[in-house]
Amino acid sequence: MPFVWKLLAKLKLKLLTQGHRTNRWKKKGEMTKKNINIALIGNPNVGKTSVFNQLTGLNQQVGNYPGITVEKKIGFCKLPNNIKANVLDLPGTYSLNASSVDENVVIELLLNKNDKLYPDVILLVTEIENLKRNLLLFTQIKDLEIPTILVINMIDRMKYKGITLDIPYLENQLKTKIALVSSRKGIGIEELKNVITTYKTISTEPCLNASSIDEVYFNNLQKTFPNQSLYKLWLVVTQDVNFVNLNRTILKNNSFTKTNSELKRLQQKETIKRYQFINETLKIGQKIDASSATDFRSKLDSLLTHKVFGYVIFFFILFVIFQSIFEWSKTPMDFIDRTFAALSSTSSEKLPPGAFTNLISQGIIPGIGGILIFIPQIAFLFLFISVLEESGYMSRVVFLMDKIMRKFGLSGKSIVPLISGTACAIPAIMATRNIENWKERLITILVTPFTTCSARLPVYAIIIGLVIPDKRIFGIINMQGLTLMLLYLIGFGMAILSAFVLNKVLRLNCKTFFVVEMPNYKLPMFKNVAINVVEKTKAFVFGAGKIILAISVVLWFMASYGPGEKFNNAESILLSKTENSTLSKFDFKNKVASYKLENSYIGIMGKTIEPVISPLGYDWKIGIAIISSFAAREVFVGTLATIYSVGGSENDTTIKNKMAAEINPDTGKKIFNFASGISLLLFYAFAMQCASTLAITKKETNSWKWPLGQLVFMSSFAYVVAFIAYQILK
Amino acid sequence: MQTTIANLKKGERAIITNFDVEAIPLKLLEMGCLPGNMVELIQIAPFGDPLYLNVNGSHLAIRMETAREIEVEIIDPRT
Repeated sequence: MPFVWKLLAKLKLKLLTQGHRTNRWKKKGEMTKKNINIALIGNPNVGKTSVFNQLTGLNQQVGNYPGITVEKKIGFCKLPNNIKANVLDLPGTYSLNASSVDENVVIELLLNKNDKLYPDVILLVTEIENLKRNLLLFTQIKDLEIPTILVINMIDRMKYKGITLDIPYLENQLKTKIALVSSRKGIGIEELKNVITTYKTISTEPCLNASSIDEVYFNNLQKTFPNQSLYKLWLVVTQDVNFVNLNRTILKNNSFTKTNSELKRLQQKETIKRYQFINETLKIGQKIDASSATDFRSKLDSLLTHKVFGYVIFFFILFVIFQSIFEWSKTPMDFIDRTFAALSSTSSEKLPPGAFTNLISQGIIPGIGGILIFIPQIAFLFLFISVLEESGYMSRVVFLMDKIMRKFGLSGKSIVPLISGTACAIPAIMATRNIENWKERLITILVTPFTTCSARLPVYAIIIGLVIPDKRIFGIINMQGLTLMLLYLIGFGMAILSAFVLNKVLRLNCKTFFVVEMPNYKLPMFKNVAINVVEKTKAFVFGAGKIILAISVVLWFMASYGPGEKFNNAESILLSKTENSTLSKFDFKNKVASYKLENSYIGIMGKTIEPVISPLGYDWKIGIAIISSFAAREVFVGTLATIYSVGGSENDTTIKNKMAAEINPDTGKKIFNFASGISLLLFYAFAMQCASTLAITKKETNSWKWPLGQLVFMSSFAYVVAFIAYQILK
Repeated sequence: MQTTIANLKKGERAIITNFDVEAIPLKLLEMGCLPGNMVELIQIAPFGDPLYLNVNGSHLAIRMETAREIEVEIIDPRT
C-alpha cells in the first residue's frame, strides 16, 4: 500500500509544484502580489498536522531548517479570490517559552520579520477539549501583533463531550476570528480558507496587558529599546534565541536587570495573569455539561496502565510489530533482491560490453538494489511507530515504563527513541529532545545506537540465511526467526546494560523535570499515517541511498582496477602458473577474475587488514565489506554484492547463493560457516558503523566527546565479543 | 486538609495552594498547574510513580519528586 501512496504523492506533488512554479514566475515578471505566508502553530496533539494536510493535500515538501535537524514542512494551498498561500507547519509547542530546539524554531521565525517565511497570518490550532490550555499560547502569539486566527479543531467531539461555545463572545474577547473545523471529518476547511482571505481585517491588538505584572521593569525595558515591541523584548530576555536586531548582552546588562530566579518568578506571574484572563473568558464563552461526557478514556486508561495487563499488552504489541515486520516484508524483499539480480545480468548481456556496462551492471544496479531492499521493513516500522504515536498509546507506555527505566538512568520517555531506534537511530536520537533531564537524555542518546536499526537487518538476514538452518523447533518456532529475535533482544539488552553503567559512571547533577501530556485516544488517521510513512521512508532512502550508491560506485572502481603488474597481467601470470593443469576454459576465467580482484586496490586494502580480522573468522573480502560499512552498515550487503559480481563470471544467481558457495582456499571450508557467521552477527550488533549517527550525536550533544566515545567503545566491544564468539565456536 | 499532590489517593480532588517556583518546571505551570486551580489524581503508575493527573483540564503525568513540591488543599468529597 505505501508504494501506491508514494507514487501518487510523487505524481501529484510534481504536477502541482510545477504548476505552482510557473505561476510564481509569471507573477514575478508582472510584479504583482506574491503568495501569502500562513504559519500553523499549536500545542502537540491538537491535530495541527492533519489541518495542514487538509489545507495542502499532498502538495507539500519536507526539509530541514538550516544547520539544525528540525523538520520543516511547507505546503501550498489555493484560497478563494485567486489567493495562493505557502503554508508552514511549525513544530508543536505549549508556549513561547522554548525548552527545545524544535520550539526555538517557532520563536525565531516569529521574531524575525525579514525571514522569507515570516507569516502574514497565523493559524493557531487548538482542540475543543483542551481549549483552556491551548489559549495560553494564543494569548502569547497575540502579543506579537501578527494577525492570528483561532482554529478550534475536533469540533465533531463537541456534542459528545457536552461542550458549547459562544463564538461571538469569544471572538470579541480574544480579538480575533474563530474557525471551527474537524480535520478528521474534513468539516469547516472551506470556511477556514474563506476566513484566511480576510486576514488583513483581523485585529492585531493583544487581548490582555501582560506587562502589568511589573510595570517598572517593563517601562524601563521599553525606554531602552523604544522601537521594539515589548513582548518581543521580553521573549529575547527570557529565551535563549538568536535575534538579529537585538543584542542580548545589552539587554542582560542593564541597571534594571533581573536575576534568572527573578525572571522565572515573573514568568510565573505572567502565566498566572494569562490564565486569569483565559479562565474569565471561558467562564462565559464555554459551557461544559459534564453529565453528557462519556467515560471511555478512563476505562481504557486503567486497562492500558494496569500493573499487570499494561505490561502484557505492551509486550504483546511489541511482539506483533516485530513478528509482522519480518513476515510481511519477506516477500517484497525477496522480490526486490531477485529483480535486481535479474536486472544486473540482463544489462550485462544486452548492453555492449565494456567498462561502462560493467559499471552499470556491477556497480550501480547492485548498489541501488541494496538501497531499495530496505523499503518494505522501514515502511512497516514507521507505519507502526506512527500509529502508536497518533493513537496516544505511546504516552501511556511512557507512563508505564518511567519508574523501571529510571533504575537504568533512563526516562520513561526513552522508550520512544529505543523503539524508533529499531527503524533508524537518527530520528530516534532526535526524538530524545523532549526528555527534560539532561543526564537521562544524554544516556538515551549514547545507548540508542545499540538497538537493532533497520540497516542491520539486511546484514542479519543474509548471514542468518547462510549459517542458521531453516528448521523448526517443536514444529512451530522457526530457528532463523528465533535467531533474529535474539539479536533484537541482545541489542535492547546491551542498550539497557550500558545505560546502567553510564548512569553509575557519569557524574552529572541534573534537576528532574518530567512532564508528559496524556493526550486523548484517537483513531489514527490513514492520511496522516500514510504521509508520515512516505516522507520518512523517502528521507531514509534518499539520505542513505546517496551514500550507498556513491560507495558502491567507488567500490566498483577500486575492485575493477589495480596497481602494477599483477593486476594488469593477471591472465598471462595465471597462464604460466597453470600450464600443466587441465583447467576448463570456464574455470580459468573464474580464476583470472578472482586473481584480479585480489590484486585490485580494494583487494590490497582487504588483504592488509586480514591479519586483524582473521581471528574473528573473516577473510579479506569480508574485510572489504567491513571497511566500507564503517560509514553506513547497510553498505555491507551491497559491498559483498559488488565484490562477488566483479569476482564471478555468472550474473544470474543471487548474492546469497554466491556467498554460500564461497570457499576459503586455505582450509577448503566454507567462508560463511556457523562460527564466522555468529561472530559477524555479533560484530554488527555492537559495532558503531554509522557516520550519520555520529554526526547527529555531535549535533545533539554539542561536543565531539560523546560521538567519539560511542565509536571507540562500541567498536572495540564488538571486536572483543566477535573474537570470543569465533574462538569458542570454531 | 493541607497536603501535597504526592499524598493524594486515586480519584481524590484538591486545589493547588502553593509551591516553590524554582522546584517546578515552567512547562508544568503553562499546562495549568497554578495556585487556585483544581487537580485530580487519575492514576498511579505501577510501582507507585509517576502520577497521572488532571490539572485544570489538562491530562498529564509527573514524577513523585515534583508532586511532593506542590501543596494542595483536598476538597471534601461530600461537597
